[in-house]
Amino acid sequence: MKRIYSVLVENRSGVLCKVAGLFWRRCFNIDSLAVGETEDKSVSNMVIVSSGDERTLEQIEKQLNKKLDIIKVRTFQEGEGICRELVLVKIRYSRENRKDIIENCQIMGAHIVDLGKIYMTIQMCDTPERVEMFLNTLKNVNITEIARTGTLAMLKISEQKENAQG
Amino acid sequence: MSMFYVQRGNYRDIAMTGADALVKSLELEKTEYVFGYPGVAICPFYDAILNTHIKAILVREEQNAAHAANGYARISGKVGVAVVTSGPGSTNIITGIATAFADSIPMVVITGQVESRLMGSDVFQEADISGACESFVKYSYIIRKADDIPKVVKEAFYIASSGRKGPVLIDVPVDIQQQEIKSFHYPEEVRLRTYRPTVQGNAVQIKKLFSRLSEAKRPILCIGGGVHLSGAVQKVKQFIEKFQIPAVCTMMGIGAMESNHPLFFGMVGNNGKIYGNWAMNESDLIIMAGARVADRSITQPDLITEHKVLVHIDVDPAEIGKNAGPEIPLVGDIASVFEDFNRHELKNSFEDWIRVLNKRKKEIEEAGLKIILDKLKKASLVTPEEFIYRLSIKMDKDAVYVADVGQNQLWSCANYQMRDGSFLTSGGMGTMGYSVPAAIGASLANPLRQVVAVCGDGAFQMCMMELATMKQFDIPVKIVVMKNNVLGLVRQYQHFFYQDRYSVTDLYGSPDLACIAAAYDMAFIKLSDNASMDEALDRFLSKREAVLMECDISPNELV
Repeated sequence: MKRIYSVLVENRSGVLCKVAGLFWRRCFNIDSLAVGETEDKSVSNMVIVSSGDERTLEQIEKQLNKKLDIIKVRTFQEGEGICRELVLVKIRYSRENRKDIIENCQIMGAHIVDLGKIYMTIQMCDTPERVEMFLNTLKNVNITEIARTGTLAMLKISEQKENAQG
Repeated sequence: MSMFYVQRGNYRDIAMTGADALVKSLELEKTEYVFGYPGVAICPFYDAILNTHIKAILVREEQNAAHAANGYARISGKVGVAVVTSGPGSTNIITGIATAFADSIPMVVITGQVESRLMGSDVFQEADISGACESFVKYSYIIRKADDIPKVVKEAFYIASSGRKGPVLIDVPVDIQQQEIKSFHYPEEVRLRTYRPTVQGNAVQIKKLFSRLSEAKRPILCIGGGVHLSGAVQKVKQFIEKFQIPAVCTMMGIGAMESNHPLFFGMVGNNGKIYGNWAMNESDLIIMAGARVADRSITQPDLITEHKVLVHIDVDPAEIGKNAGPEIPLVGDIASVFEDFNRHELKNSFEDWIRVLNKRKKEIEEAGLKIILDKLKKASLVTPEEFIYRLSIKMDKDAVYVADVGQNQLWSCANYQMRDGSFLTSGGMGTMGYSVPAAIGASLANPLRQVVAVCGDGAFQMCMMELATMKQFDIPVKIVVMKNNVLGLVRQYQHFFYQDRYSVTDLYGSPDLACIAAAYDMAFIKLSDNASMDEALDRFLSKREAVLMECDISPNELV
């Protein structure tokens, strides 16, 4: 089961390490991790996607809550959140496949952001599934480099509890 | 090389240095003792401490500084403090920190660190200690500027001693210790947005508990280490007596109730009392108070909830439901929660249940006594069960008993007679060599109390260097070494599970303990048979000064 942890932490050095440690101590893989500052410079937001059984996921949430550098932990399932991922792909194209690639980009809403004589860099920002789908269209293309941000997520407004902090 | 530490100018001309601020902060926290070992990276601290009344106790190995601080904290109820140097000094203390973490002992550990500008470059005696300790400290700090010291120390003491207690690490680079501090201001209170431990129990949950209790026929209370840590022993006892609810305890809960209390049924777990475990199994409602429900006390935690109501009280929400899902989780400080409990009333009586338990206890005790008497007759060496029993009843009523790890720990837990004394041991981590340094800390915490450390000859050889600390600071700890020339508990394991293929459990080469005692100028008593047990124990306990007792037991004794 996939679970998304949206964790507000003190923006200090070493905090990422502490949070990651809670996962690897329990042999849990972090599928993706995205960290950035929030509107308050002293607070960072970490979005962690991980999978595992219900009990261990709950234990991780409790352990996260226990860490002194962690301000707030929210967890939800993929369906309950708005999820986005940004990917940059550098590919080597040829005269033969150039048109196909451009067409696929158009269909999937990806953009060519850098172009050279034999290489191009494509940017795409969408849900993790659609990003995956797009990367699949590039299967037969010579990919030289991929960079993904990992999932960013926010609880859907419709999933927010009225009594939640507002 | 240590060239890095060459001082630029005389930093002592500075009105107040980081080291002075550290020491002053400790003074304001009413620290009496620091346990530790100096080194170049912590020299400014140990220089500054000369100007105060805080006494520095030089242990003989850093791990023991943490154990001594642990024993001190458990007897004084205050935060124990250990101060060591960078690199190997800090890595040596890790086991002591982990031991304190496993038993939730409040402790502040200060480690020296190499100069700030050199951190991360693997210079002489550098170790990333805060990184290394991450999974067994409650929190850790690396100080980046001397002005932060008062705030950090204040926070560290608060974090260590509140909520679920535990060790906090402060890593202080040597240049920060020498840095000038502009103005010293010790904060009055701590405000941390990320840390607000729950103290008060939820009233709805408490009401629910009493409603379930009023339906229960066979309730039982299981006392864990949290009862001691929150200073709730009296309140828990009051609860047991007011509502006439029988109780058992875990290893860390030993000492909360007197052994002969009519409502007390001993320690539970693998090595606990048969009637205590039986009581847990037969009960229809279990109240776990400050216990982890871990593998050592409960064999199959997930089965514990079958056919019974489990109420789990703990100050740490992460403990509740970790090993067994309770029907009534109750987060709060044990002392506060039981105070609330005691304000309630309950109509039903559990007389029948208590009668059954007492009958069972009597039967099992009598059968056990027969076995022991039989053993006493046959034994050519000392019978460990009987020895612990007699030692504990001959000790002062309020004495501190420190058990090490191994067979001696299990014999101690099973045969120690609880009265008004304290029982210390490394329950969670099971660290060998805990007893002597912890006893040193306990004795310093209250010099009026008799302190006895009991260990095996394996554990003793892991901590016997501390006899020098006892000698140097005149600490009158009494030590019993149960000598069988083997690593008894592992050997027993090999007996049961490896068909007597004894591997690496022979302690051949161990020193003559009489010579060891003489070398440290200590009194020595040797006990080799049951017949002279009483006389030897009387001599042992009547001595005011430190004394080492060798108690010879058979390597074939099983727990």
